Amino acid sequence: MSYSDYDPACLPDLLPLYYRRLFPFSQYYRWLNYGGVQKNYFQNREFSFTLKDDIYVRYQSFSTQNELEKEMQKMNPYKIDIGAVYSHRPNQHNTVKSGSFQALEKELVFDIDMTDYDDVRTCCSAADICSKCWTLMTIAIHILDRALREDFGFQHLLWVYSGRRGVHCWVCDEAARKLSAAGRSAVAEYLSLVKGGEETVKKVVLTDPIHPFISASLEVVEKYFLEYAVQEQDILGRKECVDKVLALVPEDILFFLKSQGTVKKGQHFEKEIMLQYCYPRLDVNVSKGVNHLLKSPFSVHPKTGDYALNEQKGELLRKSGKFSFFKLKHFFFFFFSFC
Amino acid sequence: MQFQRRHRKLGTNPQSELYVQPLQFYGEPPLENISLAEFETFAVERLKLLKTVENLGVSYVKHGSQYKLKMDNELRLLHFPYRPDTEKLSLCYPDFWKRRKDHISHFILRLAYCQTEDLRRWFIQQEVDLFRYRFTDLPPQQKLEFLHKNNLKYNTLSDKEKNELSDKLLMSSYSVSGVTVEKLEFYKVPFQDALDLVRSRKVYLKAGFAFVPQQDIVTIVLNDFRTRLSKALALTARSLPAVHSDERLHPLLNHLSHAYLGQDYSIQKNVGKISLEQIDSVRKSFPLCMRQLHQALRENHHLRHGGRMQYGLFLKGIGISLEQALQFWRSEFIRGKVDADKFDKAYAYGIRHMYGKEGKRADYTPYSCMKVILSNPPSQGDHHGCPFRHSDPELLKQKLQFYKVSPSSITQILELVKGMHFQLACQKYFEVTHNVEDSSFSLSHPNQYFIESQKVLGGGKDPKREVDVPQKVQETPQHLAETSEDLEALFKDG
Repeated sequence: MSYSDYDPACLPDLLPLYYRRLFPFSQYYRWLNYGGVQKNYFQNREFSFTLKDDIYVRYQSFSTQNELEKEMQKMNPYKIDIGAVYSHRPNQHNTVKSGSFQALEKELVFDIDMTDYDDVRTCCSAADICSKCWTLMTIAIHILDRALREDFGFQHLLWVYSGRRGVHCWVCDEAARKLSAAGRSAVAEYLSLVKGGEETVKKVVLTDPIHPFISASLEVVEKYFLEYAVQEQDILGRKECVDKVLALVPEDILFFLKSQGTVKKGQHFEKEIMLQYCYPRLDVNVSKGVNHLLKSPFSVHPKTGDYALNEQKGELLRKSGKFSFFKLKHFFFFFFSFC
Repeated sequence: MQFQRRHRKLGTNPQSELYVQPLQFYGEPPLENISLAEFETFAVERLKLLKTVENLGVSYVKHGSQYKLKMDNELRLLHFPYRPDTEKLSLCYPDFWKRRKDHISHFILRLAYCQTEDLRRWFIQQEVDLFRYRFTDLPPQQKLEFLHKNNLKYNTLSDKEKNELSDKLLMSSYSVSGVTVEKLEFYKVPFQDALDLVRSRKVYLKAGFAFVPQQDIVTIVLNDFRTRLSKALALTARSLPAVHSDERLHPLLNHLSHAYLGQDYSIQKNVGKISLEQIDSVRKSFPLCMRQLHQALRENHHLRHGGRMQYGLFLKGIGISLEQALQFWRSEFIRGKVDADKFDKAYAYGIRHMYGKEGKRADYTPYSCMKVILSNPPSQGDHHGCPFRHSDPELLKQKLQFYKVSPSSITQILELVKGMHFQLACQKYFEVTHNVEDSSFSLSHPNQYFIESQKVLGGGKDPKREVDVPQKVQETPQHLAETSEDLEALFKDG
């Protein structure tokens, strides 16, 4: 996918247009206001802006939709982050008695970054993405969406393309917004299966009994595995890739396979391999903190010109994970709704 | 109300009801008067106990036989309640007194440990571990009594519901068998109340509810305990100014809250001791975790956040100044994909933050082994963490071979790792690489490793270990210097 027709240098010219014509202020305000049920919910929300020349300003807050619009049109931020709803207006936090200014609520968020899959994809690396490895995002969305709805009972999920190399999920239910830091980290760990850094070769280890969550996730992975790993990523195509796969198979199984070609019961190495290649890799740190700032939907990514936009879940599924990127210059307006 | 013979003296205590059960939630504070001496003794002894809880927690598998043995021992030595049945046999120190001590000492330590986030976190962690140990030991009947007495009422699943979900329930936990599904109760608990079970995926979740088998109810209780204690500490912090105005208590409480840290290696006097040029030569004194990070940095000319924090703070602890640190990181990153400009914009801030020059100006202390082992596990692309804890045994073996550790020692080290004795494994590694029979210290901090190593390599210049008194304690008046020494001495060996 080439981005040669987008030039970051035109951003300063295009941004004002974007903020005047395209940015959906009224829907954005309607979302973050949550029906005005809780007093000052929007007013106590922290936003942060990254301006020209990497100037970063935190603790921005606004009283009304109009104020938000005016300020954004004035500052033309390169990037917008959404933070927590605090106990006081963030832009007045310096006047508050030390210790009283607290982050109270925030959506539960998840960040899936394609770079975390570099060890298992062969088509791209780092910030590059293409239709072959995008399947990983499709798998991730299916698995996490199901778990968040069916296991945790959440209903209001917003899935967004992060603008460059991954997806974010915003869980907006009241229970999610009120969740403690410990609760967030517990949810994130429940959803984590791929563990280990550079020093770990085998990152997924399954033991009996296999939890229903893992079984449900495996169902999704199995649906896509052949197409993704064997065809698109060609993990058995070159010796080095094959070796990487074999490194995940236990020694005694390898020996057994070589001599007899059958496998003894109770081992889960095929499942482990599939999960290691395909299961979603979350950055737990993003989900843990109540005050963690995350790139806002509809924020433009300065390097790609793409904006973090909502993926209408139905649309994504029907297109089987194929995703077309919209360029700022073309002024496409992407229809969105909350799932 | 019935009074047993030995309780007669204290029958007038309106709170004696509280002491009927061996375990409590510490919901009500003690109301009696006690002497200052008792106040101090109770506090110090409970602190000793909590320190033991902390150490045993990293050195042994929790609730394994060694752990139980040592815990029981410590509880007995310090006269805290432990086993309900054997307690009755002890004639010289009746249960009542032990439970009263338990009650009072807990509340005293709340005063000392409510002040900062770090202190609170530490206190809560140890109290929870202690509570877990004592609750698990209660006979089932007493467990049930405890639950009812403390208002933990959850709905149970009907037989019909159990049948419908039986295969899911079976697959959700190792401890659930066909028999348990039929015979035992399952509690429907909101997932927020069962976080420990959710986190480790040991329970079946549906529509936001965790279906907890009877025998796992302890984790729910713990969660409740943790939440209540957390709230209570926040409340206590607010009433602290009143307590601090009492001059008899203020100094003692201060000592108590600093004593837990032991040595934190944020010593200012070390600054400038090691210069940049010396880093490569003193590298032999780096523990394995820091060698790993150093190597990754040199190879990739980059480290992710977790690695920068762990290694950066360690370097601060051994004496690298802020200017040198900036130079060091910049020179390394520039060789990679980061240009000088980007470094200054994106990474320099973080390093200055580490040295307390930005943001809330907190002077961060280098991570202890406990912190490295237990928090922020490494994921894809990371090189931080504890190699004995986080590396694959195969890779660890290779690494040890690379550092010329003998095969027999490697086997010993791997055995220790298997038994989850990570710090002991590291100590063994120290012994083998420094050619000493028995390391004379108990390893709990990477900077400690460095200092001990330098001692050995430098021919043992320091006759005794430095006692580094954290800055705040230096403000104490003279007459309490003795107490502070006693407290420091208590925690020297960790």
